[in-house]
Parts: sequence; structure tokens; C-alpha cells
Amino acid sequence: MDIVGYRRIVPGTQPEYLHPAYTSSVKRSPTKKLVQLPHTLTEVTGPMFGHDKVGPDDHDLTKGHAGAPIGERIIVSGRVLDGDGRPVPNTLVELWQCNATGRYRHANDQHDAPLDPNFDGAGRSFTDAEGNYKFITIKPGAYPWRNHFNGWRPQHLHFSLFGPSFMTRLVTQMYFPGDPLIPLDPIFNCVTDARARDRMISTFDIETTVPDFALGYRFDIVLRGRDATPMGM
Amino acid sequence: MSKLTPTPSQTVGPYYSIGLNWLITTDLARDATTGERIVVSGRLTDGDGAPIPDAVLEVWQADANGRYAHAEDTQDKPKDATFKGFGRVPTDKDGNFVFTTIKPGAVPGPGNSLQAPHILVALSMRGLLRHVYTRIYFSDEAAANATDPILGLIDEPARRATLVAQRAKGAAEYRWDIAMQGTGETVFFDA
Ligand SMILES: [Fe+3]
Repeated sequence: MDIVGYRRIVPGTQPEYLHPAYTSSVKRSPTKKLVQLPHTLTEVTGPMFGHDKVGPDDHDLTKGHAGAPIGERIIVSGRVLDGDGRPVPNTLVELWQCNATGRYRHANDQHDAPLDPNFDGAGRSFTDAEGNYKFITIKPGAYPWRNHFNGWRPQHLHFSLFGPSFMTRLVTQMYFPGDPLIPLDPIFNCVTDARARDRMISTFDIETTVPDFALGYRFDIVLRGRDATPMGM
Repeated sequence: MSKLTPTPSQTVGPYYSIGLNWLITTDLARDATTGERIVVSGRLTDGDGAPIPDAVLEVWQADANGRYAHAEDTQDKPKDATFKGFGRVPTDKDGNFVFTTIKPGAVPGPGNSLQAPHILVALSMRGLLRHVYTRIYFSDEAAANATDPILGLIDEPARRATLVAQRAKGAAEYRWDIAMQGTGETVFFDA
């Protein structure tokens, strides 16, 4: 069987594991040189999820409760693309976030901001045949964290994607255009390549803004691309 | 065709459970799945030896025949339709994790080689800006492990042991601890 691997990371376009400005990385990042792993059948395969896993309203984080959540309603949509610009269809996209006050529905979040009884902060969606996904939610708040003095996370959504193989697995965060906290954020700034970094900032989009309902933001996500030829040929 | 730079990875952060727990899968096999039922458990620790309570392992493996539930596996082997091969396994407050599955069969490696039975792991946690990949092998496959093309890439033979889950005497239970740093630092792969 000829195996076509995935392209290796271009330095600077993905975070290094050790990033001292992000304090938690210091004791949790590998210290020994990583072993280069050839992509075998194990690596180029991966889980495929059925649409039965996801309900019709799972992409709408404003639903599921007696009332509407507090906050600015937004529509976040985009395309999932492979490294050659082709759409990635039928792939699972998972989303989680804090509420409009900057508080997560999690036992360990002690931020002194109110929880919203009408907001859990989790959703999921599948891309369609053209790689499109869509979520309806509310704009998350900024929140403080104890990484450094007066540290605040920019407003962000957490995204998780699978793509066609275990090598395309991606967990990332989506930011909002013009957020003054972005240049100060050690997590955003863990990527040294500015063009790669800017892929994480969504764009405001009047075309997907729905009149009298919600602002639209576009966030295209690019998964790892594939080598041109099989290994060993 | 022009190449696009992939979207950068960001940490799952401390609250990943909000978004990811709905797909927690710690028992990969169904009643009808063929293969030896095994339990893999271990503890995840940081550079101070402290347990890591807010991590999640995602595992990927072949069925007992050595076939993956994926279109790109075109091997001429029977496929166990009851086995999907994916697990999502959180660590608990003491850094412990446990999952039940079937022992995978051998799958082909580079060239004409055969890989020893193994499970691929993607490990995510607060503090990791990008998940790390590692692999689980099995102590009762010593002969296959000795010729495994991936284990053979690890320069220091002593470090290969960090990828080998130890089978308890008499039981189909394996112990596999993960150390992010330190003398017993687990081998992680640049994939
Ligand atoms: Fe967050």
C-alpha cells in the first residue's frame, strides 16, 4: 500500500511546545527532542463520525433553555479547507466558550462574573459537502487569568476539528477583529509567523449578518495539507 | 496549486470538558467486537511529578485483524464493522486515566515492514499549545516490538520502554504512565 503522508510543519507557523510567556507550558512541554514519526497507515487514517452524533440544533448555542442567553447574538460561519484550498466535507467541528460576562460553566472557573442560566457554551456541527459550517451563539466576554499580572484573555471561541486523518486533528481558538487584548495575549502570540497567526482572527462580514437578528463573522479554518507523492516512491 | 498555511493550534485550556466531554469514549469495543478485551490505565504527570488533572487523551487503533475503520485502509483483510477504533479519555483529579478496548492487530509499516500492535495517542491539556503524539505498545509483544520500524527510530533503547504498556501477570490489564518531563520522559513524536 502506498501511503501519502501529510506535509511537515513550516517553522514559526505553529506554536513550539515550550513558550515561557505561557506559564503553564513550562512544566508540561516535552524537554527531549521529539522523534520524527513517518506517516504510516496508522497516521493517515482517523475517526469518521456519523451525522447521527449531532442534533439539528447543536450548532445553535442560544437554544436549549427556557430563555435566551444574555449577550450580543452572533453568527459564526466559514469553510474548512485542506492545505491545497479544497473543502473538507462532512467533518466534525466542536465549539466551546465562556458566556457574555467572561465566565465558563465549569467548576474550576472562579472568575467573579455571573453565570447565565440560559447558556452552557458548547456546540457542534458538521461541514457540508462544500466544507461550510455555521454556529449561532453570543459573543464571549474577555476574562482575567492568572498567567501574569493583569492578564486578560481576548474574546475567543475554542474550536476542535478532526479532518480526514489523525494527522489533521486541530484544536484552535478564534479571535475577533480589532480586539485590543490580542497583541498582549501570550497564547495568541505563541505563533511567530504573523500571517499564520492572523488566520486565527475572524472577519466581520455584512453578507452573513442577518437583519434585525445578529452580526456575522467569518472564520475559515485550514487543516494540514498532504504530500504530493507517496512515501518511498 | 497554491499551498495554504494551516491554522495554528491553540491550547485546549482548562475548560475543554465543556466542549469535548459529550464525545468521551472510554470503552471502544461493543459486545460483538472480536478480539481480546484489554484495559489500559495510567497516570499523567508534569515536570514536578505532579498529576495532571485537566488533560484528555484521544486514541486511534486498528481492529483485531489489523484493519482501520477508514476508507484509506484498502488492505485485503476482513473488517470488524462493530469497531470504530477511536477513544476520548479524560484524566481525573489525580491524573489517572483508564480505557477498555480490544488489542489491535498488526498493521503494515514503511516499505514491506510490519508494525507491532500499537495505539496512536494525541494528548491535549492546558499548557500544551499543540497536542503531542505518542504511541502505546504492549509488553507481551516483545518479538514484534523488537522489529517495529517506529520503535527502532528511538535512539536511546531505554526510552523505547516509555511506550510499552506493561501487562499485569495473568490479567489483560496494562499499565502505561505518561511523564511530560523528567528522567522517565515519555517519547513524543514530531508527526
Ligand atoms: Fe478560553
